[in-house]
Amino acid sequence: MAIDNETVRRIAFLSRLKIENDKIEATKDEFNKILAWIEELNEVNTDNVEPLISVNDIALHLREDEVTEGNQPQAVLENAPAAEYGYFAVPKVVE
Amino acid sequence: MTAYCIETAKGKWEVVVGLEIHCQIISKSKIFSGASTEFGDDPNVNVSFIDAGMPGMLPTLNKECVRQAVKTGLGLNAVINKYSEFSRKNYFYADMPTDYQITQFRYPIVGEGFISVDLSDGSTKNIGIERMHIEQDAGKSIHDLSPTKSFIDLNRAGVGLMEIVTKPDFRAPEEAGAFLRKLRSILRYLGTCDGNMDEGSMRCDVNVSVRPYGSDELRTRCEMKNVNSVKFVMQAIENEAKRQIEAYESGGTVEQETRQFDQTTGLTRMMRKKEFAHDYRYFPEPDLPPLVLTDEYINGIKAEMIELPDAKKQRFIETLGLTPYDAMVICENKETADFFEKAAAGHDAKKVANWMMSDFFAMLNKKHLDIQNSPVTPENLGALVELITKDVISGKIAKDVFEIMSETGENPEKIVEEKGLKQVTDTGAIEAIIDEVIKANPANVEAYKNGKTNLMGWFVGQTLKMSQGKANPSIVNKLVKQKLDN
Amino acid sequence: MTDITKLTVYEQLNGLKKKDFTAVELTIAYAKKMDEGRKYNAYITECVDQAIDQAKDSDYRYANGTNRALEGIPLGIKDLFCTKNIRTTAASHILDNFIPPYESTVTQHLLDDGAVFLGKLNLDEFAMGGSNETSYFGPAINPWSKDKDLVPGGSSGGSAAAVAAHMCSAATGTDTGGSIREPAAFCGLTGIKPTYGRCSRYGIVAFASSLDQAGPIAQDVRDCALLLQSMSGFDAKDSTSVDIAVPDYTGFLNGDIKGLTIGLPKEYRPEGLNPEIAAYWDKATEYLKARGANVKEISLPHTKYALATYYVLAPAEASSNLARYDGIRYGFRAQGDGHLDDLYINTRTQGFGAEVRRRIMIGTYVLSAGYYDAYYLKAQKMRRLIHDDFMKAFKECDVILTPTSPITAFPIGDESMLSDPINMYLNDVFTVSVNLAGLPAMSLPIGLSENGLPFGMQLIGKPFDEGTIFNVAAKLEADAKFERK
Repeated sequence: MAIDNETVRRIAFLSRLKIENDKIEATKDEFNKILAWIEELNEVNTDNVEPLISVNDIALHLREDEVTEGNQPQAVLENAPAAEYGYFAVPKVVE
Repeated sequence: MTAYCIETAKGKWEVVVGLEIHCQIISKSKIFSGASTEFGDDPNVNVSFIDAGMPGMLPTLNKECVRQAVKTGLGLNAVINKYSEFSRKNYFYADMPTDYQITQFRYPIVGEGFISVDLSDGSTKNIGIERMHIEQDAGKSIHDLSPTKSFIDLNRAGVGLMEIVTKPDFRAPEEAGAFLRKLRSILRYLGTCDGNMDEGSMRCDVNVSVRPYGSDELRTRCEMKNVNSVKFVMQAIENEAKRQIEAYESGGTVEQETRQFDQTTGLTRMMRKKEFAHDYRYFPEPDLPPLVLTDEYINGIKAEMIELPDAKKQRFIETLGLTPYDAMVICENKETADFFEKAAAGHDAKKVANWMMSDFFAMLNKKHLDIQNSPVTPENLGALVELITKDVISGKIAKDVFEIMSETGENPEKIVEEKGLKQVTDTGAIEAIIDEVIKANPANVEAYKNGKTNLMGWFVGQTLKMSQGKANPSIVNKLVKQKLDN
Repeated sequence: MTDITKLTVYEQLNGLKKKDFTAVELTIAYAKKMDEGRKYNAYITECVDQAIDQAKDSDYRYANGTNRALEGIPLGIKDLFCTKNIRTTAASHILDNFIPPYESTVTQHLLDDGAVFLGKLNLDEFAMGGSNETSYFGPAINPWSKDKDLVPGGSSGGSAAAVAAHMCSAATGTDTGGSIREPAAFCGLTGIKPTYGRCSRYGIVAFASSLDQAGPIAQDVRDCALLLQSMSGFDAKDSTSVDIAVPDYTGFLNGDIKGLTIGLPKEYRPEGLNPEIAAYWDKATEYLKARGANVKEISLPHTKYALATYYVLAPAEASSNLARYDGIRYGFRAQGDGHLDDLYINTRTQGFGAEVRRRIMIGTYVLSAGYYDAYYLKAQKMRRLIHDDFMKAFKECDVILTPTSPITAFPIGDESMLSDPINMYLNDVFTVSVNLAGLPAMSLPIGLSENGLPFGMQLIGKPFDEGTIFNVAAKLEADAKFERK
């Protein structure tokens, strides 16, 4: 399943990363090489194999419904590149 | 019900609608963190490092959110899935700190179910539920504090949501409206969501397509996001259907897209075309093992389930003799139904229902009061009905007594006692009044005897008036007729 | 006077108890080594002042008898563990100004046991790499380097370099595909990745959540046992951590291996395996046999597919885990052209290095519509087969012995490694299966290559059976008599 330049652009956008136009071709080639290597997995028939999601067969631990965190807006905001009036600030979002 | 269709010069069309409803789960803390779900605090106060998507932070699942979801699933007559799984839905969104949403995808906690809705012509229709899953809510952006910046508040980020997806079973705007009211009623009965669409604790996405009336094809649908009232949902369906019909009839097509409902115009406008649709890259959430519920757990919740509106309504009709309409109205919210049951206990339930449907609701409306804040307690309303049933007061006097009750909150026996409003049933005393009326109006007596028998009512009225309304009207009737006919 | 920085953790604890030296003296001795060892670029952030304050407290506790399990032991912390009020960068530009307002569970355990933190150690950016060369702060250097600077291995390269150069007594690491074991092997040290779920991941910057595990890199097996003892345990804040009691690991060190069966997977000895490594593997096998262990050839038939499986699953999870670095709530923010997507794109493109960007995109691709089944789901099924291979093998043996890496430390800037990412990925061939199966595994030094560089052997145990690994490793260590730096 070789990918094309358009797919490289789409994947870059989905990842919110920029690939300069003159790098698209090289990126595509590199991806195709990695994907071709990954495709060796197709040598194995896995039709009746259950996918493994978590290695330890443990029950999900449930937390009591208690308020144990919060009330620390300064700690939440102190690493923010921009914060005003107690909010995170970003360039205006237009939908 | 009579089939809903949109008729144009060129033909007849029907609508096919499905709804996706996001309902905020009532819980003290968030679904994956220990921060409070409190609404209305200062920005970013009810935010844990998990909600803020800080590096290395991990979700832990709130027990209560699971319980609320199971309760809701049971209320939707739905299958509870003993195995469910969380997934990540990946997309960049300023209000979503991790830039993925923890939701359920392949294995939701609740499977297929249905809700029965009552329509205005008295018929009912079952609307299928496709599934319900639990997930986290996003924060909120504020756009009107600055011309160049948006501000993000994460207080809502991580509040638990139940997303209910219906089957495309709606064929009329009214059905969607009735469904939403019924759903809200069920959620409120269960205490799993407060169902306030205007505050956003219940939010509705509407999927609409149209097709020639009578056909069973499924055409391209458009989705309207976040329509926030029952009225707007109905309006959105109608106007979007009309738009699509117009497109088809003018030889065009309908594109699959996301549209926005404009509350001021009532129309929908394009937001996002399908080719710009997100590629959400769902995959199982590696931070949370699968959620496994036992039969014992589910049965435990089943055993604690309260009576829901449909069952209650049926019981009120069958054992208390209410009309289906009265029963439906009274059961729509639990507070009203509870009030009714308290008021009707040991009294004439049908009469209590009549009083609630008329004077009582009118009084609440006039005073802009919730039933919880009614000055007339259920016990007092029941006592008032009892006074009527036992002929202690007349229906007319009862209205005056109710008036006083709604001002003072006093009990009706005390009012009747203090104001001397007890009905006169002593025939001797009533006869004396009638005699007086006859004596004072010889001309009318003459006219009556000459065949103007409809003056009978006038004599009854005069007698009641002279008794200041306290004379028992049926006794007055009987005695007036006897005396005039003699 | 002996160089107290060259003592093991165990020896230092004894020295501190006997008042041979104080915790402050020990910390200052390391601070001096840190100064001398700047060329190794092992630390990203040093916090010696704070360490001395901690050491003073430790001395006080030794004086009044309230000293704890690791009281006064100066550690280095991989800069992937969030440390409260100490900058935590994940060796990335995108986090180079991030100061966590919280402490990871693992480092909190160490602090609670009295450990002293000297600083934050270098690593591959977001732990993505096998040579420490993807660090935004430049590569750490292997103290075994001679004429040319060699890589310390990765991703916990700073941890291994610092322990080998005695710039800390021991260090924390994390291991997603070999990130503890490979650098331990390259630097002649001992490192253990415990069973998935043994150590809490809370507060560790996530790379691939279903594979990441914390563990120690130390000078010897005993030190690893001491450190892991402190780092382990169930944590309600990590839903994947497992509630199984942590045994006394040092108790296994004096055990007997008579009658234990050591499995040797034939797939780990392909045609063309470096003969020096093959020879050491045989030698290690002989040591264990001589002590009464049985040796058995086993088969892990899907070994060949482990790398490709890993390089689907790990980038997929990473692409999602690293989405949050978007310039809004913390870390680096680039200027956008007013539009939010521009801000995201510029921030992430400038904030992440090339390898991280590559893996994010591969991960995004394998999860994207139309490719999920072919890549991601396929890899999850392969993961099941790889996992089941081990479970089957452990019916026939108690512990598995393999080399840690097919190579020894290579020069920084090695052309064949840098020109083709797959060549770099191939170094993980012996380590990734263990992460896919969630098993515990240790690397310990076995000897030197002809050109004087350390080789490591890997011991793989059953789930939550770190104890048997410690038992066998202690014997192997005693017989190999490897001389540390």
